[in-house]
Amino acid sequence: MTTWHLILLASIAVLAIKLLGYAVPPRLFESPRPRRTLELLTVSLLSGLVAVQALGGGDGIVLDARIPAVAVAAGLFAVRAPFIVAVAAAAATAALLRLAGLP
Amino acid sequence: MVQTDAVRRAWRAGLSVVVATSAYGLSFGALSISSGLDLWQTMVLSLLMFSGGSQFAFIGVMAAGGGVAGVASAAMLGLRNALYGMSMRRVVAPRGAMMPIAAHVTIDESTAVALAQPEPRSQRVGFWVTGVGIWLGWNAATLAGALLGDLLGDPRQWGLDAAAAAAFVGLLWPRLQARQAIAVAAASAVLATALLPALPAGLPVIAAAAVGVVVGLTNWLGPKHESALPDPGTARHPDPAHPRGEHA
Repeated sequence: MTTWHLILLASIAVLAIKLLGYAVPPRLFESPRPRRTLELLTVSLLSGLVAVQALGGGDGIVLDARIPAVAVAAGLFAVRAPFIVAVAAAAATAALLRLAGLP
Repeated sequence: MVQTDAVRRAWRAGLSVVVATSAYGLSFGALSISSGLDLWQTMVLSLLMFSGGSQFAFIGVMAAGGGVAGVASAAMLGLRNALYGMSMRRVVAPRGAMMPIAAHVTIDESTAVALAQPEPRSQRVGFWVTGVGIWLGWNAATLAGALLGDLLGDPRQWGLDAAAAAAFVGLLWPRLQARQAIAVAAASAVLATALLPALPAGLPVIAAAAVGVVVGLTNWLGPKHESALPDPGTARHPDPAHPRGEHA
């Protein structure tokens, strides 16, 4: 599959899921179990993505300036900094550390 | 039509969330280019997929060479939108051609702003102002970010790889209130990291998703009284721009 195929497939899938929310009987998700499972699925996906984005590289784990950068962002999120501020601070941290010679 | 105070407040809440959320469309545009997508591919994601978490997940996995795993990650992260749709259907009650439009702008932010309003009319206003406003702002910002990303050269030099990781931290943070969610997040991160050297790109994240599903189904570490769980979009506030719902 080309990149375009993947993009269209993923976009249509996400859009179809949104439409599904308006089409299925709400009763289906009124019980706590599916709600909880969906919420925890989201948590585990996001957490897995944090780990992979912060540590992944080459054929395995690469430790570099991303780790202190993510720590800075987490600190800012903890004190309720706006999203864009924390993300920009993470980028600046990594950029400066690399300027100083860190990988 | 008379604008009540509640409706005016819904407009204000919606617009402030629109500004904050649209701003990070900039980082999506730049990151998408740095992950190897071109300008049009980046724009199609923002125009058509239009769900921040899914979009960041998709380009992250694509950058690592994950291919189809990127589609799966985006779709799984988009599942929560179906849950929002179920509650927004009652709030917005869209008819005919408005239904697919309402569905398309049903995201974390529009759901959160709508549910934070006190009565039906201001809830509808909050939903539409936030949803349509973010769609416009997010796409404009994506375009600006993508054009900027084209000029940047090596994304690592600007720390854009770290920005991608930080973006996921920001999406995750407001969901880490209960002990169960924190335990799931920790276990998922450890599992994904451990599998990094073993599995092809994209699959460690999919494998980590199993942690959430298993804990969700068994309610391991969960509250004994299930009714204690808040509705999605209210107490837990799935709103990355305003994690504690200060716009409410």
